[in-house]
Amino acid sequence: MSDALNELGTYIETKRKDCVLAWDVTLGELTLDVTPANIAGFVEFLRSDATCRFSTLIDITGVDYPDRPKRFDVIYHFLSMYQNHRVRLRVSVRDDEMVPTITEPHPSANWFEREVFDMFGIIFSGHPDLRRLLTDYGFRGYPLRKDFPTTGYTEVRYDEAAKRVVYEPVSLVQEYRQFDFMSPWEGAQYILPGDEKESEA
Amino acid sequence: MDGANQFGDAQTGEQKIRNFNLNFGPQHPAAHGVLRLVLELDGEVVERCDPHVGLLHRGTEKLMESRTYLQNLPYLDRLDYVAPMNQEHAWCLAIEKLTGVEVPRRASLIRVLYSEIGRVLNHLMNVTTQAMDVGALTPPLWGFEQREELMIFYERACGARLHAAYFRPGGVHQDLPPALLDDIEAWADQFFDFIDDLGTLLTENRIFKQRNVDIGVVTEDDIQRYGFSGVMVRGSGLAWDLRRSQPYECYNEFDFQIPVGKNGDCYDRYLCRVEEMRQSTYIIRQAIEKLRAPEGQGDILARGKITPPSRTDMKTSMESLIHHFKLYTEGFKVPAGQTYAAVEAPKGEFGVYIVSDGSNKPYRAKLRAPGYPHLAAMDYIAKGHQLADVAAIIGTLDIVFGEIDR
Repeated sequence: MSDALNELGTYIETKRKDCVLAWDVTLGELTLDVTPANIAGFVEFLRSDATCRFSTLIDITGVDYPDRPKRFDVIYHFLSMYQNHRVRLRVSVRDDEMVPTITEPHPSANWFEREVFDMFGIIFSGHPDLRRLLTDYGFRGYPLRKDFPTTGYTEVRYDEAAKRVVYEPVSLVQEYRQFDFMSPWEGAQYILPGDEKESEA
Repeated sequence: MDGANQFGDAQTGEQKIRNFNLNFGPQHPAAHGVLRLVLELDGEVVERCDPHVGLLHRGTEKLMESRTYLQNLPYLDRLDYVAPMNQEHAWCLAIEKLTGVEVPRRASLIRVLYSEIGRVLNHLMNVTTQAMDVGALTPPLWGFEQREELMIFYERACGARLHAAYFRPGGVHQDLPPALLDDIEAWADQFFDFIDDLGTLLTENRIFKQRNVDIGVVTEDDIQRYGFSGVMVRGSGLAWDLRRSQPYECYNEFDFQIPVGKNGDCYDRYLCRVEEMRQSTYIIRQAIEKLRAPEGQGDILARGKITPPSRTDMKTSMESLIHHFKLYTEGFKVPAGQTYAAVEAPKGEFGVYIVSDGSNKPYRAKLRAPGYPHLAAMDYIAKGHQLADVAAIIGTLDIVFGEIDR
């Protein structure tokens, strides 16, 4: 399996040198790092090329790395039902960068891109209908970014007096429980109570 | 529409007719949950269909980022709540792939057994309620009786009828008692007759055929362009099944056929689902056979870092007690990396994409639900159909909002 994927990786790299930055095969999965600029053409190549024939778009998703200059990874998964192999494309983009849409070769990308826009705020240029999808009507913020709190900013309830659903800022009846499971020998970045006096002594 | 318009043609008496916008759902029983469709109708013909989803969005993927791998497992049950264990399976496979854990044979067989029970659960629900959407009341009443028995098998294995949390990374939670295997076998023996009975209600039923034949036709090209999987693919004649083409667990030991349709319409998909139930029952029988064989005995968890020690060990050995405590508080750590694991869930390809940073929580977990691209193609499939066909198409797409909205 890995041999075939290595071969495929080499093949794609030689064919489209301008698009592929790097590639590797780990855990029996082929991952290609791709430039955002010509993603649409590259996906079209993957779809039509006889050796690849990645005809089905499985998934598009994002990953947020707030500490990196290129903050987001946009991940594409493709499957070929004819050649029976899979590939993963990884595109790194900055906060303010746009990714070209791939709805032209793959109409199924429509909703996947809408979801990524909804959850991460990554804009797909040329998308026919880039609206929010999963979040509430009139929602603000991008929930899957790492700087978005898990509790969110607003909460809703039905107001008996106003006879409608009202939005209010979140008020937690108990403090949000964020356990630190890292062992104190490895992870802890904080100073244990009492330890701050160590340098004074 | 309002008759007073500017277009009134005196000679022909023609009037300009405005298209009609209709809100379908979110409280409509044929919407299979909380689906809101904004339909643009020309007379009774659907011109445009805009699904509004997300009414059941619970932010599962966000929640997963702040919980350990083991704590996240029950969230998978709450996705496609019609066949919960199949989702857990993908999650476990992804973790096992990253940690490189080998599942013991008995656990693997139990997983296959319960995945197939899940498939029957799902197809029973789908076939019968889709029949209800097109006007038949008896099938769901019959089907839910069988589902009830299967739910009891779920309960006897893990204690819960719905939210199982039974498949664990490294195996399954508990071993099955021999009496349960006997009962599942007895159930399987009578189930073939039930499928035949169900067939007499629906397969040649005139109304059922009128409502389903040539409705929602999907071609091979559509499948590729819209990212379909599962029965949506097989109904159109492509023999694509992950259990065969990319075997996981021990599916390659089992003898089963993959039913395919011919025309890719709602009726063919119905026939595929019925036949898949039969094939799943064959697999269930084989799995029971293999579980009884001497090779099928043994432990049900790969004992190690990611699984708890046995109960007796825990009571006698200090190290095991510490391990148990650490596992259920801190959880286990997964090596940094990324992986995508997919299973053939009853609805299609269910995938889990995990990005791990080496800690005890996933850095990012993405759940790829099969119903999501299916529903996204709703506009394309429903265009040009009558309003009444929308209900039939939603039924055949086999959508459950737990997994689409996540």
